[in-house]
Amino acid sequence: MSLNLKPNIESPDDFYQLLTDAQRDLSDEDANDMNARLVLILANQIGSLNDLQEAIEIAK
Amino acid sequence: MLNTYDFPEFPYVQSEDQISGQTVRHPVVIVGGGPVGLTAALDLAAQGIKVVVLDDNNTVSVGSRAVCYAKRPLEIWDRLGVGERMIEKGVDWKLGRVFLRDKEVYTFDLLPEDGHKIPAFINLQQYYLEEYMVEACDRNPLIDIRWKHKVLSLRQYDNYAEIAVETPDGIFTLEAGWLLACDGANSDTRRMVGAEFAGQFFQDRFLIADIVMKADFPAERWFWFDPDFHRGQSALLHKQSDDVWRLDFQLGWDADPEVEKRPENIIPRVRAMIGEDVEFELEWASVYQFACRRVDQFRHGRVLFAGDAAHQVSPFGARGANTGVQDIDNLSWKLAAVLRGEAPIALLDTYHAERAYAADDNLLNSTRSTDFITPKNGASKRFRKAVLDLANKTEFARPLVNSGRLSTPTPYLDSALNTADGGAWKGRMTPGTCASDAPIVVGGKDGWLLDQFTGGFVLLALGVEAEPVDAGAFTPKVVTLGSSFDDPKGLVSERYDAEEGALYLIRPDQHISARWRRFDADAVKSAISKATAGAI
Repeated sequence: MSLNLKPNIESPDDFYQLLTDAQRDLSDEDANDMNARLVLILANQIGSLNDLQEAIEIAK
Repeated sequence: MLNTYDFPEFPYVQSEDQISGQTVRHPVVIVGGGPVGLTAALDLAAQGIKVVVLDDNNTVSVGSRAVCYAKRPLEIWDRLGVGERMIEKGVDWKLGRVFLRDKEVYTFDLLPEDGHKIPAFINLQQYYLEEYMVEACDRNPLIDIRWKHKVLSLRQYDNYAEIAVETPDGIFTLEAGWLLACDGANSDTRRMVGAEFAGQFFQDRFLIADIVMKADFPAERWFWFDPDFHRGQSALLHKQSDDVWRLDFQLGWDADPEVEKRPENIIPRVRAMIGEDVEFELEWASVYQFACRRVDQFRHGRVLFAGDAAHQVSPFGARGANTGVQDIDNLSWKLAAVLRGEAPIALLDTYHAERAYAADDNLLNSTRSTDFITPKNGASKRFRKAVLDLANKTEFARPLVNSGRLSTPTPYLDSALNTADGGAWKGRMTPGTCASDAPIVVGGKDGWLLDQFTGGFVLLALGVEAEPVDAGAFTPKVVTLGSSFDDPKGLVSERYDAEEGALYLIRPDQHISARWRRFDADAVKSAISKATAGAI
């Protein structure tokens, strides 16, 4: 397994707040749309198909 | 409708076979006179094989149907002497634009590599293509096309197939040493043989409308997701010959094909797309749905399947006729060698191995395009929306937009006919790959490399001394850089990684079979043996 599942996000509470703040005033529909865009942006950052496949498996 | 084209009516002639009442066995009978069957007739005849073509109709394809023809099939038709006319009549294009609503999301350029005789793509109505091939068949004494001949039943024996054929003069029996089923997606032959044809059906319907208009839209492929003029669906606009334009509207599964086909319902859709003030005439329309599936085995005894009869894909990506023609490219030299008794029947099983592999590659691409164009649930729809939104703003999302991945040849990388490389090579000319073209000079005149690869196996010697190799019927023609041709632009050397010297064994279908850095007659012989399923 090459996917990093150890804590890696710097300042987890800040990140979590960024994420929830960004969607605080959104309808579920708009928030879901944003999440889909976010998945794609982050997937591009990861790049490796193996890593993405692992991530998808874990998320299922 | 169909004002720009006069349909030829080919004469029905009662055959000698039927008049005499004697059952005749023909070495090859081709069922279906469409692009694939006609290509098969021309390719087999080019190798000296007599063929009979049976077609249940007596004209060419009604409606433009297949539209986009890719480089590789055009190269095959060029080899068969009909490509030039198609390219001349067709519309050359290389730009595609993708829109979301009324905004352009991105543009793709096929960016064809320079230095090839044949363009990346042309658009041409299928009836022109068939007409040109029928004319070429009629000029060839080895080809006997029989119009209004419908195959009613088929029975297989050890070394032939027996078929009952219906003509306006009644029913008669005919035998085929080999029967090529080129009778399309709804192949009767496939049903008669009992072959399985499994895959995925898509619950969606599309309207194709061909219109004649004199408008200044460019010769580009325009694809809309969720356009303002056709909300919630997709649409396509593409230019063909004679000011005919192909329009394609996704309709959804609930649409009624009979209602949608009526001109009074089509015209408002067209108006909405092209504008109120553009004059046009409706030429032809059809409502279709599709499946992605393939036959279990390309060879069932003496019956060989090719084209849509062997595999059906969605239209996105122009993978139907283009793939079918490449089936024939692969099959015809093998069948000709088997018919002449030069190669074992096992060579024909490699037809299945190589072309089923290519079909699966096409099916995969086609299914993926279809899943993007017609998302199956809310989540897929959401991801597609995300891709299209992002593609507009950021470069990274653009390769995810899938409005059809255009047909390119599938290399037979794992084929048992290949000889594995002994060392390291650069570039694309890996064994199993279709040989690349390049501009050359032959006898002081400009020419093309692919035009040298005709008449069987070829040994291409680039900076390597190659001697003739005796391989019986498969003795390769030696084509040598410096004596057979010159490479002033250096593109042959570059594309074939020949700086340190290179020797290529090229199959009759212009695919790379093996390559070496130096000449060794035994190595060449054993590569030919491998490429012919042990014929030598």
